[in-house]
Amino acid sequence: MTITFRALLGATALCATAGLAGAQDSVTLTIATVNNGDMIRMQGLTSEFTAANPGIQVEWVTLEENILRERVTTDIATQGGQYDILTIGTYEVPIWAAQGWLVPLDDLGDDYDTDDLIPAVRDALSMDGKLYAAPFYAESAMVMYRTDLAEAAGVTIPEAPTWTDIMTAAQAMTDKSAEQYGICLRGKPGWGENMAFLTAMANSYGARWFDTDWNPQFDSPEWQATLTDYLTMMNEYGPPGASSNGFNENLSLFQQGKCGIWIDATVAASFVTDPEDSTVADKVGFAQFPNKEGVDNRGNWLWAWSLAIPASSDAQDAAKTFIAWATSRGYTELVAGKEGWRAAPPGTRASLYENADYQAEAPFAAMTLASINAANTQKASVQDIPYTGGQFVAIPEFQGIGTAVGQQFSAALAGQMSAEDALAAAQANTTREMTRAGYIK
Amino acid sequence: MARAVSRNTKIGWTIAAWAVALLIFFPILYTIITSLKSEQEAIAGFDLIPSFTLESYQTVQSQNNYWRPFTNSVILAVGSTLLALIVAIPAAWAMAFSPTKRTKDILMWMLSTKMMPAVAVLVPIYLIFLRTGLMDTRIGLTVLLMMINLPIVVWMLYTYFREIPGEILEAARMDGATLRDEILYVLTPMAIPGIASTLLLNIILAWNEAFWTIQLTTTNAAPLSAFIASFSSPQGLFWAKLSAASVMAIAPILVLGWFSQKQLVRGLTFGAVK
Repeated sequence: MTITFRALLGATALCATAGLAGAQDSVTLTIATVNNGDMIRMQGLTSEFTAANPGIQVEWVTLEENILRERVTTDIATQGGQYDILTIGTYEVPIWAAQGWLVPLDDLGDDYDTDDLIPAVRDALSMDGKLYAAPFYAESAMVMYRTDLAEAAGVTIPEAPTWTDIMTAAQAMTDKSAEQYGICLRGKPGWGENMAFLTAMANSYGARWFDTDWNPQFDSPEWQATLTDYLTMMNEYGPPGASSNGFNENLSLFQQGKCGIWIDATVAASFVTDPEDSTVADKVGFAQFPNKEGVDNRGNWLWAWSLAIPASSDAQDAAKTFIAWATSRGYTELVAGKEGWRAAPPGTRASLYENADYQAEAPFAAMTLASINAANTQKASVQDIPYTGGQFVAIPEFQGIGTAVGQQFSAALAGQMSAEDALAAAQANTTREMTRAGYIK
Repeated sequence: MARAVSRNTKIGWTIAAWAVALLIFFPILYTIITSLKSEQEAIAGFDLIPSFTLESYQTVQSQNNYWRPFTNSVILAVGSTLLALIVAIPAAWAMAFSPTKRTKDILMWMLSTKMMPAVAVLVPIYLIFLRTGLMDTRIGLTVLLMMINLPIVVWMLYTYFREIPGEILEAARMDGATLRDEILYVLTPMAIPGIASTLLLNIILAWNEAFWTIQLTTTNAAPLSAFIASFSSPQGLFWAKLSAASVMAIAPILVLGWFSQKQLVRGLTFGAVK
């Protein structure tokens, strides 16, 4: 009996040691990610990483953006440890880092060159000076317009336009009988859809979401001017059915030559100038996000898809190795070597924008960098505000509140209610939600 | 005696039936059409004639491996349904042939569990799966899907068993059949059509389940619902690819449904006065 027991103990110990040894030999990283071009490219290049790091295996879990958020939030909140690396944006990083859910990334190795990260992006992903997520692609927003139509209409769009410049140009370029619309903007409801654009536009009009006591400000003259001008532009010069247009719909309209001006994420520039997909590839000009005369603010739109490690991961060292590889200069060069400089992930490293090859292949490079540099996510409005974030407000409640407000504004665009009613409804809804969440005492 | 139906009435009803069927089937048809378009065509607007390109199918297959989620879907759907039948046949037998005062209440209670939104119990179930090591395993999901569909399986079998005259079972008992023999050799063979339609309907329900199968899996046990979820993209065109992924995910179950229409219709309509 004793001998059997001892034998059993011995066998268990052996198995445990073997298990440990096995664990040391090979680690499997599970990476949760979204389905966009840069991430798909990274998945394709994973073999380069595993060849250089034979002890690390990589498993990808690709999910739709909202499902990903839901899955990852549940997993982190329950300390599930299902994922070793998460793909999250500038909205989540400050909120989750403050909760202690993310591992700080201040030791990504000597040759990582953290100082090369574009300061605006780095700030948006840091808390108390520590980096909590490493960016693999970043974007701001800018104006993309048809140079041929502008010339034909006899208008010029300056590099740093005002909203008056944009409205004048949009009016001149509109010819609805030829399905030629002066301006295409987001109208589909959602905190990351129409409200991303409208929040940036409101910032550039000098508006703010909340005053320093967290009272919503939709009853302010700045918000009224924002929504009125937005509706005027869309109703007079915009495409029909714009209340269901998001990024993808506008991209398609622009590529088919139906929009004169499109103001959206800078990442769109590489799509509209791609001759394979775009019929207007060689006729696109770029300008900074507009501002209202007298308001020193160009929207402050900034988004960076980034890689972060949840505190519940049991393979944090291997995860850091992967992140250091995937967001390094070397990775950018690897992509450029395989698919050309146009395919390099934009917006994260200053060195990319100093590269002459990249500048030659990407006509939008300078304007993208200028737009990202101009974004201040620490103070998005010219007025005093209690929050951070650019085209969003970095509080957990914003997803719900932003989407509810987006539905009111989308309804106003669809002609179901007036601008005044939409603003009043937004004010009432937001006040109620903020009181319920304990911000308004 | 059947009522005389005029030819015109017949034609009218036939057209109406086809119109309704087409209306219901149209979303699936349009998904198939969209999957055969290029991304540009897919987003361009409503058009019933695609350019018949297989580009999206190629991209979908090269980006993600189809066979792993497919195998998982088959195992989860078939496994959970068989498991549910093993539990539900004896339960439905007891309720149909030896009802008590509370049988109706129990049946209603079972059905009421289906009325609760799944997300309400997400965190407890997530934690149970984590602590018991069932997260991202086929066995865990099979059991969970079995539990989710059990009320419907029991209800369907119960309704079907009630149509079998109790006297036949009594006769079997008179001839010395044990309880096991009675269920296995008398009841089950007579109820085969009902069991078959229950089986088919539940395979379809389990195949299409898209909440728990996404929430409780990462890679190992992820079925086709997770496969589809990976093709929706926030930036960049994806409608044709998403449609292609959807067609690949629903094709097997569509074919199964096509071949077993008769049983399915019977399963969905029984309980009505015949």
